[in-house]
Amino acid sequence: MSGLVLATMIGVAFGWTLERAGLGSARKLVGQFYLRDLTVFKVMFSAIVTAMLGAFWLSRLGIIDLGQIYLPETFIGPQLAGGLVFGIGFVVAGLCPGTSCVAAATGRVDGVATVFGMFMGVLATGLFLPRFAAFYASTPRGAFTLPEAFHLPYGTVVLLIALVALGGFTLAERIEGRR
Amino acid sequence: MIPARAARPYANPYYAGIALGLVLLASFVLTGRGLGASGAFASTASGVVHAVSPSTAAANFYFSRYLADGARPWRDWLVFELAGVMVGAWLSARLAGRLRATVERGPRVTSLVRLVLATAGGGAMGLGAVFARGCTSGQALTGGALLSVGSWLFVLGAFAAGYTAAPFLRRAWQ
Repeated sequence: MSGLVLATMIGVAFGWTLERAGLGSARKLVGQFYLRDLTVFKVMFSAIVTAMLGAFWLSRLGIIDLGQIYLPETFIGPQLAGGLVFGIGFVVAGLCPGTSCVAAATGRVDGVATVFGMFMGVLATGLFLPRFAAFYASTPRGAFTLPEAFHLPYGTVVLLIALVALGGFTLAERIEGRR
Repeated sequence: MIPARAARPYANPYYAGIALGLVLLASFVLTGRGLGASGAFASTASGVVHAVSPSTAAANFYFSRYLADGARPWRDWLVFELAGVMVGAWLSARLAGRLRATVERGPRVTSLVRLVLATAGGGAMGLGAVFARGCTSGQALTGGALLSVGSWLFVLGAFAAGYTAAPFLRRAWQ
């Protein structure tokens, strides 16, 4: 099967699950930041934990090679700074890049506006990036994982993250139940 | 006129999250890479810059990266994936009776203000995603599941900034 056909099919499944979860709705998404509706946290962390456990066990059983999966490279300063700017944009827009496409595809004009703004933001930043090339390329760590950073076995970090997520889910239910 | 069907409620967030995690895992196993969104914007922007001014695109280290493969950024993996996202979202909403042309906004802002904020917020996310090399999909979900240090820093930064900014934007949402 062509790679692009597979890419489209994976995208369809991705968009379907985001819409089913309600993540095309900006008001639902920002509920996360006002502790009204913690759907973002619950969906995101159960997805991360599911994929993390799946990848870990499939590799442990010798079915896949974790080293063959593309791991985004780490650049400490730019990624932390990028995250901060991104987080502000997230609350202002009420949507993130992926969910803005879900919002746009399901009839929300604010989703279309977010997609447009995101496109212009990437375009403008790209055009001016050569001036900030030094910061953009600063603090490179290559493919760098939490087990390497904390000198812990991979399985231990997987277990710790799963436990933190379970604790987070319990806390999330308690916060929502209070309201 | 056919009366509008009532929209079905959204799925349980944990089941939806597990389904999303399995989609991500399938992507790892079948294609050797995870999900993404902002990369498709970067690819498309590169194509636009190349179409308008090929020399500008070629001289820019950020855009030229996306044009290395014979200047066909429209044939990028993530562009097809994100097109699929829109199809999948539309299909899901259609079957659940949730398709509605609307401007979703807080009760105290006009549609115009909401659209300006949405555009501005999108712009800020574009800026952030370029420096972070990804967004909630490529960094938080994909890099998060693969235990990348940079991805977890991105998540911590984004949530910390989100919670810090939220009280100042209360008027826009509540």
